Amino acid sequence: MTTRVIGKPLPRVDGRAKVTGSARYAADFNQPGQVYAVIVSATAGLGRIAGVDSAMVESMPGVIAVITHRNAPRLPYGEHKSYIDPAVGERLHVLQDDRVRFYGQPVAIVVADTLDRAERAASSLKLAYEAERPIVDPADPTVEAIVPEGARHADTSRGDADAMLAGAPVMVDETYDIARENHNPMEPHATIAAWSGDRLTLWSKSQFVVNEQAEIAAIFGIPPENVQVICPFIGGAFGTSLRTWPHVTLAAMAARQTGRAVKLVLTRKQMFFTTGHRPRTLQRIAIGANADGRLTSLIHEGAGETSRYEQFTEALTSASGYIYSCPNVRTRYRLRQLDIGTPNHMRGPGEASGIFALECALDELSYSLGLDPIELRRRNEPEIDESDNKPFSSRSLMTCYDVAAGHFGWSRRTPEPRSMRDGRLLIGMGVASATYPAYHAPSSASVRLLPDGTAEVAVAASDMGPGTYTSMTQVAAETLGLPVEQVRFSLGRSDYPPAPSHGGSWTMASVGSAIRAACIAVQEKAVRQAVADQRLTVFGGAVDAIEWTGGRLRRRGDPSPGQSYGDIVSSLGKPIEAEASSQRDPDVAERYSMHSFGAVFVEVAVDPDVGTIRVRRAVGAYGIGRVVNPRLAASQCTGGMIGGIGMALMERTVLDPRDGRPVNAHMADYLVPVNLDIPKLEAHFVEEVDPHVNPLGVKGLGEIALVGMAPAVANAVFHATGKRVRTLPIRIEDVLTV
Amino acid sequence: MIPFTLEKARNAEQAIAAAAAGARYIAGGTTLIDLMREEVERPERLVDINALPLAEIRVENDVLVIGALARMADVAAHPEVQARQPLIAESLIEGASPQLRNMASIGGNLLQRVRCPYFRMLDAPCNKRDPGSGCSALDGLHAGHAILGTSDHCIATHPSDLAVALVALDVTMRVLGPQGERSFPVEDLFRLPGNAPHLEHTLLPGELIIDVQVPAGAYSRRARYLKVRDRASYEFALVSAAVALDIEGGQIRQARIATGGVGTRPWRMRAVEEALAGKPPQRQAFEAAAQLAVREARPLRDNHYKMELLPRTIVRALELAGEVA
Repeated sequence: MTTRVIGKPLPRVDGRAKVTGSARYAADFNQPGQVYAVIVSATAGLGRIAGVDSAMVESMPGVIAVITHRNAPRLPYGEHKSYIDPAVGERLHVLQDDRVRFYGQPVAIVVADTLDRAERAASSLKLAYEAERPIVDPADPTVEAIVPEGARHADTSRGDADAMLAGAPVMVDETYDIARENHNPMEPHATIAAWSGDRLTLWSKSQFVVNEQAEIAAIFGIPPENVQVICPFIGGAFGTSLRTWPHVTLAAMAARQTGRAVKLVLTRKQMFFTTGHRPRTLQRIAIGANADGRLTSLIHEGAGETSRYEQFTEALTSASGYIYSCPNVRTRYRLRQLDIGTPNHMRGPGEASGIFALECALDELSYSLGLDPIELRRRNEPEIDESDNKPFSSRSLMTCYDVAAGHFGWSRRTPEPRSMRDGRLLIGMGVASATYPAYHAPSSASVRLLPDGTAEVAVAASDMGPGTYTSMTQVAAETLGLPVEQVRFSLGRSDYPPAPSHGGSWTMASVGSAIRAACIAVQEKAVRQAVADQRLTVFGGAVDAIEWTGGRLRRRGDPSPGQSYGDIVSSLGKPIEAEASSQRDPDVAERYSMHSFGAVFVEVAVDPDVGTIRVRRAVGAYGIGRVVNPRLAASQCTGGMIGGIGMALMERTVLDPRDGRPVNAHMADYLVPVNLDIPKLEAHFVEEVDPHVNPLGVKGLGEIALVGMAPAVANAVFHATGKRVRTLPIRIEDVLTV
Repeated sequence: MIPFTLEKARNAEQAIAAAAAGARYIAGGTTLIDLMREEVERPERLVDINALPLAEIRVENDVLVIGALARMADVAAHPEVQARQPLIAESLIEGASPQLRNMASIGGNLLQRVRCPYFRMLDAPCNKRDPGSGCSALDGLHAGHAILGTSDHCIATHPSDLAVALVALDVTMRVLGPQGERSFPVEDLFRLPGNAPHLEHTLLPGELIIDVQVPAGAYSRRARYLKVRDRASYEFALVSAAVALDIEGGQIRQARIATGGVGTRPWRMRAVEEALAGKPPQRQAFEAAAQLAVREARPLRDNHYKMELLPRTIVRALELAGEVA
């Protein structure tokens, strides 16, 4: 009587808390005696602070402290880097010197007894700058492309792609420019910092609480165990809260300087300054093919922008190595260092941008060949991952195409551009592949079985929206054989067993596998303890003669109901606890190439007069291994598709070349899709059993849900209008003239 | 936000007296509060006029009268507005999200400040916010800015959709001030930036908008508002057009056209209107006439596309209006 809960469309276990407002986000943890900090952001794009006039501000009502580089404590900034930080370079040391490296860099922090007074004081603080003109455009001819020191595969090559391109019967060779995007989750970054002696508690928005703990400990030169980071809920993040940004340091600094608990919430405008962004990328794709559509050459060159002080890298070109079969492939990845803040991962980092270029180029190739774009991909379906000669652990790309094509009605499409209309509107249908690596990072988890028959599971994981609370509860309930109501899952505290960063689509695989391992461990422990307890019916049994199903122990073959964990724990008189870890078997990792794949279909309508582009529907099919909760998975896909529509048609952070300021740092001017922009979105999951990726057989979904959407939209826009747009976002002015 | 005093006016006399002494009117507050939070607006004294009896919507001798304090949502939903002047209802729906429509008043809508990003950045020169400091948009990023009515001192577009419809419909407005009451066309409310872009309207100190008066015309019901933008809602117009047509016997007797997103004030397109008079309501005639819309336009580096988009928007709006039964 195992409760089969994995695979069930359970509603969110935390849904009620969220919709009733009882879920507490970082800024909700108000502390006694709390005061308010406001960051002053640099209004120069490069140079140095020439003067600070803080006397007037210090005398303003309610002002407790004005901290600038002149009076800020020198912080140790001890060495600390996790995999979420750029491998090369050094993080911004905040308020440690007079240099201004980019527009919006924090240059002061003002603390006052109320938020209003702190805001007033911050806007009254006068700083003088010796300003220089920054360089913020990666296409600026003076900007050098550098080889990223941190990337393992800046250059890859198999065969001779350049020679084969030159002789290819059919060829596409184009460049792509994708705008910088800022994450813009609904919840702003927020930190409440409170010191007690040399111990610090941070209620802080984070997708990686154990890293925030270690990072802040290193910055302040205190032992990590002295720092506690708490973040039970996240109001969206998309990657912006993976790293620990300067505002966390500033909140802790201000709390220590004032001896008060300090609350610091970034303004929407400040969310465009120091909390990362999807880097603008410049790419070239060149594809050579035979007349039958088989690829003979693929060249993918790309460069991403980064700051002067850190080399942020992402997997821009890596999918080009494995997604299709091609004997001659060359990839090159470079960085262009600018006077900007360091970018960071944004949903589908690397792949979303790289796949856009590749899939648009492939669409162009399909027109050059006169071949259906799905058929083109079918003809180049690889047997193995040709980039490292390993079999795929599972790969369902063509199944995804078949499933999605059926639901979408691809057969109704006429291939000629501008050939489909609905009334006067031009209709376009486009497709693109999506892929993302199936990662599995080391994670731990703890489980406690309690006398009332319930179980408590804890991991220092996060839930930025995919439904971690729910899916992990399902994994624990399934493994323990308990109903979900009897499992309480907690996350978001750095003193819980460590989890990896909540990103890269690896939470389900990593944390889920650790929970499964801990649930198995606790049951094994329960058996060992139960057979030694003479008050229990299983007393005296051999450990391996005891079976545990449905949350109960019994001797194998015994028809009686056996004994529940609640009975056992009550009898023992104390909870049974276990902690376990999980990571990918290195041997399996050595043998298989592990990736998710998907196919995305989009229909757009373009107004031939005024150029408005609206997505009318989208259908995606994904091969992501086992789906733990179809309802959550569909929701996650919908969110990713919406993000992809934003990337395709709306989102871009525009920098003023004169001083590097984002001119649209405002939700009225930085466009993200609104409800009216979102049509019916469908996600289908193909049956895929992958015994290799991890014990749960899950491959992750967060990133791939966005990857593929933007090229499918762009290809649909071409089909509708005959206009090939290779820059994102595609706007009205891009399609006005053909 | 900078501290300020707030008083409530119980009648127009109190409100006007306060305003004449330097107070700023506040109704829905959707523009003013927003700008005060960013310290772009820094009033020391506010007078709340919401208690004044100016929210009525009524018809007098075929003239639709809309009180200055009527909310955008209420006006858009009003049966007389929808029946008599659908252009106004449509411009209001397109003009703001439901939350804003519930709060924003008609008078406040007409007086809303510009959406130029530099106007909202205290560390950027802006002649409108800080006279004489310079215009950041002129040499900066100005893809959304005006191609008509610009000066070397300001190129910001007027952001109101409603105002475009009212200018097309020859609406007059009634104001009350220390010197008494006067009426004038809504079109005359808006100044060109010239060399004093901080002076945006022609109201005298203390003057309070009482209502707008929309005359009935043969064109009133055959009217459409088309707003072109990159997303479907909650965005200011790249280009918009308010069009009203009087068609009889297969000929345009009279066309009323005003456009938004292109001018430093709502821009009446009289040359286009004249070119359409006597023509059949057909695309060829629309296209020929619409070309006149950009005759005097001065595009900048980033907003050249509006030279193409403006005539197309007018053509499409004319088609839509022509299709109204």
